[in-house]
Amino acid sequence: MYAYDQLDRALINERVDEFRDQVKRRLSGELTEDEFKMLRLQNGVYLQLHAYMFRVAIPYGTLSSKQLRRLAHVARRYDRGYGHFTTRQNIQFNWIKLAQLPDALADLAEVGIHAMQTSGNNTRNVTADQWAGVAPGEIEDPRIWSELLRQYTTLHPEFSFLPRKFKFAITASAHDRAAIKIHDIGLRLHKNAEGETGFEVLVGGGLGRTPFIAKTIKSFVHGHDLLSYVEAILRVYNQYGRRDNIYKARIKILVHELGIEKFAQEVEQEWLQMRGSALTLDDGMIEDVRSRFTYPAYEKLPHMPEELKKAAHDSRFEAWRKNAVALHKVQGYAIVTLSLKPVGGPPGDATADQMDAIADLADRYSFGEIRVGHEQNLALPHVARRDLPALWKALDKLGLATPNVNLVSDIIACPGLDYCSLANARSIPIAQELTRRFANHDTASLIGRLHINISGCINACGHHHVGHIGILGVEKNGEEFYQITIGGRADENAELGVLIGPAVPYAEVADVVEDIVEAYLALRARPDELFVETVKRLGVEPFRERVYATR
Amino acid sequence: MTSPLEQKKIRIAGPSVVTANRTWDGLVIYRTGRRDWSPKLSEAAIVRTSDEARALLAESVADDLGAIGAYVAPVEIKESGKIKPGNLREHIRLRGVTIDLPVPA
Repeated sequence: MYAYDQLDRALINERVDEFRDQVKRRLSGELTEDEFKMLRLQNGVYLQLHAYMFRVAIPYGTLSSKQLRRLAHVARRYDRGYGHFTTRQNIQFNWIKLAQLPDALADLAEVGIHAMQTSGNNTRNVTADQWAGVAPGEIEDPRIWSELLRQYTTLHPEFSFLPRKFKFAITASAHDRAAIKIHDIGLRLHKNAEGETGFEVLVGGGLGRTPFIAKTIKSFVHGHDLLSYVEAILRVYNQYGRRDNIYKARIKILVHELGIEKFAQEVEQEWLQMRGSALTLDDGMIEDVRSRFTYPAYEKLPHMPEELKKAAHDSRFEAWRKNAVALHKVQGYAIVTLSLKPVGGPPGDATADQMDAIADLADRYSFGEIRVGHEQNLALPHVARRDLPALWKALDKLGLATPNVNLVSDIIACPGLDYCSLANARSIPIAQELTRRFANHDTASLIGRLHINISGCINACGHHHVGHIGILGVEKNGEEFYQITIGGRADENAELGVLIGPAVPYAEVADVVEDIVEAYLALRARPDELFVETVKRLGVEPFRERVYATR
Repeated sequence: MTSPLEQKKIRIAGPSVVTANRTWDGLVIYRTGRRDWSPKLSEAAIVRTSDEARALLAESVADDLGAIGAYVAPVEIKESGKIKPGNLREHIRLRGVTIDLPVPA
C-alpha cells in the first residue's frame, strides 16, 4: 500500500471544500451550468441518462480494505447500493445527487480517495498492472512510477487544459496486463544493457472513433528522466494538438498526422531544452516514494500446503483454483482474481455488501489489500496458498468465485444505453446473454482464453476494438445494431480487430458470437491455439463466411 | 438512438417534448405547458412543429437553475391520448434501465 503524506491529505481536503463551495454556488444560481460544467467534470461528475454519475479514482488500481469499505459506504448512503468498476481503474456511482456530492467526496477524502481528474481535458488517473509488486518476473513495482506521475500531473497547470483527455498506463512485466498500447502514453519498465532501469515510451495509442495502437517513440528513457521526457511529449501535444475539432484532438491524431519520426524529433528537441532541469528525479525523490509503498511481512510457506492437497478432491474448487489463482513472486502465496462477471450479471458491478465482504476477506487473507484491473475484476494480491480453500468457500457464497477469468464470459462492457448519455445501444444485456450462453465451465475451458469486449457507442469505453471479439453498438433507423470485429487484443501484441461484415440486430448478437466460436473450434490447428492466433493465421474470411452464409 | 447531444439542428418529424435532468439531483424531467418541469411525461407540453420545438427548448434552456441538458425528444401519442417515449433511449430514461439492478430499488 502507498501511504499518503500530509501534503496529499491537505490537497484532497482543500479540493472537497472548494467543490462544496462550487456546488453551493451552482445550486443557488450564482454559477450557470456553462460555468459549472468544467468544474464538476474535473471532480468526476458527469450527467448521464437518469442522474449524475460520479467517477472516483483508484490510482494504479490499489485499494486498502478501509478504502473499499468507504466506497461501499458511498454506494449505500448516497447511491443505490452498488458501484461499477471501469476499464481505467475507477469506480462509478450511477445515481448520485449533486447536492450530496460534497458530502460523498468528504467521506472519501477521510480515507485518501478522491475524484480529481477522472474527467475533463487533463491527465487522467494513472493506471498500472493490477498485479504490480507481486507478479513473478516483474522488473520492479511500476506503481512507484505511477505515483510519481500522479503527483507530478495532479493539478499541473500546463496539463489541466489540454486539447483533450490524456491517459497514462504502466507495466513492468513482459505480459502486459495494463493495456499500455491503447493509452496516450504507455510506459514499459525494462533494464538496458548496463542494467539500469528505465522505460520504453509508447505514444499515440487510443480507441474511440479513430483507434490507433501506440508506437514506440523512445526505446529507453532512464527513470531519472521520466518526468522531463513526459513533459516534453505533453508540451509538443499542447502546442500542436488540435483544439478546433474534438474528434481530432487526441494525441493519437497528432502522432498519426505528423508521423512518429517527426513527432519524435519534436519531442527530442523539446526534451533537450529541459533535460537535466529541475524535472530530473534524483535517487532521493524516487526512494522517498518507494519507501511509502509498504509490503506485507510474508511468511516462509510451502508451495503445496496440506490444505491445498486436501481441497484438490473438490472439482469445483479445482476449477476455480486453476482459473482464478495465479503465481505470486513469493513462494507459498498467490494472486487471486475475483470475477465480477457472474452468469447473467452486469460486468464490473459490485454491491456495497460485496465490497464490505471483500474488504473483510482482504483483511483476513490478503494483508488488507485489494486490486482493481482494467478487465473490471478485482484481485487479492497476497493470499497464502494454504488459505485458498477457505477463501474460495467465502467467495463462492458471495458470488465472486465464477471460474471464468480470461474465458469467454469474462466480458468487458461499458454501461451502454442503460445508463450512458452518449450510447447508441445497450451493452449490458448483450453481455448478460453471452454469459448465459457460455455458462458451462467445461465448454468455456475448451474454448480457452477469449476476450469479448462490448461498447455501446463509438467512444469505445468497452474497448471493443481490442476485444478478441469486439461488439460495437450502433443505431440504424432507431434500432439497435451491432458491428462485430475479431482478432483484436490489448496485450503486448496489441492489435485492432477487423470488422467481419454488416452489423447485426440486437436479437442476433449472441447467435453470431456462438457461430464465431464454433467456427474457431472447428478451425483451430490445435487445442491450445488461442482464438486470436487462429484469426491471425486464417484471417477473418472463414469467420465471415460462417456468420453470414445463412443470414 | 443517436445521442441528442450530437443533434445540431432542431427538426422534428412528429410530436415531441422537451426533456432535461433536474439540477440538484439529476432526475429526468419534462417541460410542461405551465412553464415549469414535471417528472411525469403525461404532463409534458407537446410540440408538433420545428418552430414550436425551438421555442419550447429556448424557454426550457433559459431555466438554467432548474434543469440541465435540455433537448427535444420524440414521443408517440396513442389513440387513447397517452404519451409514450418515441425511442428506446427515452423509454429507458422514463422507465429506468432494462436490466435488473444489482440491488433491487
